[in-house]
Amino acid sequence: MIPAAFEYERAESVDQAVQLLGEHEDAKLLAGGHSLLPLMRLRLARPSLLVDIDRLSDLEYVREAGDTIEIGALARMSDLATDQTLWKHCPLLAHVCGEVGDPQVRHRATIGGSVAHGDPASDPPTALLTLDAVLVVRGPSGERTVPAKSFFTSVFETDLGPQDVLTAVRVPKLASGTGWSYQKFHRRAIDWAIVGVAAVVERDDGHLKRAAVGLTNMGSTPLRASGVESALAGAEAAPQALAAAAEHAPEGTAPVSDTNASAEYRTELSKILVRRALEEALAR
Amino acid sequence: MAQVKERYVGQSVKRKEDAELITGQGRYTEDISIPGMLWMSVVRSPFANARIRSVDLSKARVMDGVVAAFSGKDLAGDWAAPMLMAWPVTEDIKNPPHWPLTQDIARYQGDGVAVVVAESRAAAADAAEAVEVDYEPLDPAVDMEAAIADGAPLVHEDIGTNKSYTWTLTNGDPDKVFADAPVVVKERYVIQRQIPNAIEPRAVLVQPSPAQGEFTMWSATQIPHIVRVAMTITTGIPESKLRIIAPKVGGGFGSKLQVYPEEALCLALAKRLGRAVKWVETRSENYLATHHGRDQIQEIEFAADEDGKIRGYRCRILTNMGAYLMIITPGTPLLGAFLYCGPYGGEAYHVEFTGVFTNTTPTDAYRGAGRPEATYAVERTMDALARRVGKDPVEIRRINFIPPFTEPTPSPGGLTLDSGNYAATLDRALELAGYEDLRKEQRARREQGTVKQIGIGFSTYLEMCGLAPSRVLSALRYAAGGWDAATVRLLPTGKVVVIVGTTPHGQSHVTTFAQIVADDLGVPVDDVEVLYGDTQLAPLGMDTYGSRSLAVGGVAVHRAAQKVVAKVRKIAAHELEVAEEDLEYEGGRFAVKGAPDRAKTVGELGFSAWTAHNLPDGLEPGVEETAVYDAQNFVFPYGAHICAVEVDTETGKVDVLKYVAVDDVGTIINPQVVDGQVVGGVVQGIAEALYEQAVYDENGQLLTSSMTNYEIPAAPDVPEIAVGRSETPSTTNELGVKGVGETGTIASPPAVVNAVIDALSPLGVTDIGRPMSPERVWRTIRDAKEGGAR
Repeated sequence: MIPAAFEYERAESVDQAVQLLGEHEDAKLLAGGHSLLPLMRLRLARPSLLVDIDRLSDLEYVREAGDTIEIGALARMSDLATDQTLWKHCPLLAHVCGEVGDPQVRHRATIGGSVAHGDPASDPPTALLTLDAVLVVRGPSGERTVPAKSFFTSVFETDLGPQDVLTAVRVPKLASGTGWSYQKFHRRAIDWAIVGVAAVVERDDGHLKRAAVGLTNMGSTPLRASGVESALAGAEAAPQALAAAAEHAPEGTAPVSDTNASAEYRTELSKILVRRALEEALAR
Repeated sequence: MAQVKERYVGQSVKRKEDAELITGQGRYTEDISIPGMLWMSVVRSPFANARIRSVDLSKARVMDGVVAAFSGKDLAGDWAAPMLMAWPVTEDIKNPPHWPLTQDIARYQGDGVAVVVAESRAAAADAAEAVEVDYEPLDPAVDMEAAIADGAPLVHEDIGTNKSYTWTLTNGDPDKVFADAPVVVKERYVIQRQIPNAIEPRAVLVQPSPAQGEFTMWSATQIPHIVRVAMTITTGIPESKLRIIAPKVGGGFGSKLQVYPEEALCLALAKRLGRAVKWVETRSENYLATHHGRDQIQEIEFAADEDGKIRGYRCRILTNMGAYLMIITPGTPLLGAFLYCGPYGGEAYHVEFTGVFTNTTPTDAYRGAGRPEATYAVERTMDALARRVGKDPVEIRRINFIPPFTEPTPSPGGLTLDSGNYAATLDRALELAGYEDLRKEQRARREQGTVKQIGIGFSTYLEMCGLAPSRVLSALRYAAGGWDAATVRLLPTGKVVVIVGTTPHGQSHVTTFAQIVADDLGVPVDDVEVLYGDTQLAPLGMDTYGSRSLAVGGVAVHRAAQKVVAKVRKIAAHELEVAEEDLEYEGGRFAVKGAPDRAKTVGELGFSAWTAHNLPDGLEPGVEETAVYDAQNFVFPYGAHICAVEVDTETGKVDVLKYVAVDDVGTIINPQVVDGQVVGGVVQGIAEALYEQAVYDENGQLLTSSMTNYEIPAAPDVPEIAVGRSETPSTTNELGVKGVGETGTIASPPAVVNAVIDALSPLGVTDIGRPMSPERVWRTIRDAKEGGAR
């Protein structure tokens, strides 16, 4: 629980952070610290330098920009969970941010940190993937945007390069009347999801116009349940159709076995939770 | 000195401890620093079983800030004896030496193989990492049943077996009773291993006074007095030169009822180096190197009549010792040995315990220690018996309870019970639970076939605590006594200091003992200071464990206060010029019979004793009285717990809907403190039933090595617990008190498990393992639906 020795610099700007990351091998960004510091204390992470961006308060915002909501990377989970703009246009994400950890964690943890950490058991990445979010990244060669679906590459691995700083998250506004749900299955309130399911559905006259379904902790990255989504295309918004579609949940997944749950159990849970998520989304 | 008329005993006096603790002013061992002190870090084996070929300390020794580094062999000469094991339960028990650092073979993941000492905690941690140990991994014995099979790897080669001991107890003629009985039910249960998680991890600081050869140790321990004796035995430092202080201690649950290698190491290093040495356990170390609890396999049988009336009890228990026998490792399961009959009658009884060595962290006392295991076996088997004879779980218990008694009464397990009215607690619990409504709701949901089904579970338990008569402990081959001590000192200004030999770490001694003394002396409760936790301050003491502080220590407090009253009575009689028997004593005031205005208060008399201007001839000045109390019997709390659960039959997730605990812990000193103990204990028991399990892989690697995957529930995860109190005074002591520290963990696990089985009974489910994780429940349901229900 005593980290290995490391250097520490506080960045005054994103550009300075990018520069500091370039000057040291194995430098890591520090924001809320709720993923990185435990790993360091267990000596599972040994960065040579911590570049602290936690006080770059101009990265802590939620604002409307046309058809999208833009969220600064340092926005705290607790703020997002109660943000009125987010609740109005993107309630799934606001809800999911309130499901992370416990109140103490949510007051420190940032949306950018959660996304950049690339933990497939984390809830916000699944929500962003399901919502077709776009991530804004600043690096040595300037700013670029990356769609969520190509951002997450493996366990704790993302599209971010060693000198990249994730600065914002852009989420399309949901059309009014869109149903949503997040089913987080865990043993204790503070736990990561054993399996999580995000669902967004648009109805059209008793049928499903569009359905997006995302899975947490069912593989090395957050996943879209594409089998479920295609089974739902144009389907009737009725219990049997939903249940039949939910049976496709495990397609393309590769869940792990650990002390909390076996892969077999996760597979079964994914079907049950997809059905429940669809039912709840349609009921909203 | 203020006079008070009210009595404090029986009132929820606000805890005197809380202001300090909730404002963060409590000083724990880690908060104490000494200029120039060094930090120790322990190098631990990553293997469950490995020969140590060599330990290379050279890199560590030259690192910045490092003062010294030692291997187990380097320190071999520092020990007068191995670590103390104080409960050799049988004459032929195998007790291989347990050195503070192992010298030849590491026998569990976490076994200490070397230490480094440095100027800072960080430097010590870095240096520990730089120690290079050449291990030759050996096959480990991990599974308890495999460990006693032929050809299993041996944890201790030289003793030639992994069996430490076999201990038996027989009352009546069990073989005949079982042969004759028309009904025999036989069950097998696995009590999973648990890892105690006190909020404050362990910590030790030793300050030497080299010129005097004296040492002061601060330790996060429940047992400073026992630590002192044990440290003298292991280090050879005379007891008279050792002072042990347990400052604020942040929880123990039995895990600090232990004498640990790190205590001996800090002492030996402080002696070698002539400097203060400190060690603070990390949470990761807590998982590996603080003792674990439970871990048994039980085969239990009841012999009964056709109507379910029990005739006899028989149980065979394998109990996991881990790699070494620590202070009371072998005796811990035996604290339940007399309780494999619950509060029920019968004529025959037999239990057999076999202690097994494995390459795992040593086990020892954990809240309830032996009694939760016994209660679990009995209460599960009661339900099995009810199913067999076609009775309701309430009815089967009612017909088997020992009838109400207020005089000492024998039990099938061979105990002499102090007082009991078992059916009364069950009646009260049924009322609080709204039992009929719960059953109605259960029937409705079953008829509707809803996903979430309801189950109701019972646990009507009996426990023994308040260790206890020294002569009985001797018969059980426990090496220490069971007495405890208290001193009550009347100060010249009328305030009172109480010094106790028990050592609180969350139990509210400072408040409850003050309540007892305030009543005895007729002073305000805030005028009574309770001091504890220092062998120099309180030389006589046997410390805090096994729910003994009130049942033993509290009686000593009361007796010491009574001695104070007896002494000042002499002064009162002298000053009022009457005979002692002509005085009436009430509320701290001695008045002449028939002349109530002629009176003296305890406070006034304390001042007289201090000035000593006018004392009766031969009476010593000052008022300070000590009492040492050795009980003649244990005390026997009991009660009825009812749990209602909701089971999601698709996912297997269990939610506790309602939990009712009705406990009879004898006379209650402070109801709020009692309720706090019950609620905390029940939560810990719910955790045992639903959440917590230490999991080793086949190589002896602890997989549940952090709070991330060792599931301890928090406030949002547990229900509100309805507490109903019952008070049947104990006949063991004059306060009528029993113990309450462990009842919750003893009673609750079977209530929760029985409830889940009840919920799933329409599927034919009669058994489920613990903890009842969602996956385990899901598998049980799936297997039952596929016709594989056991």
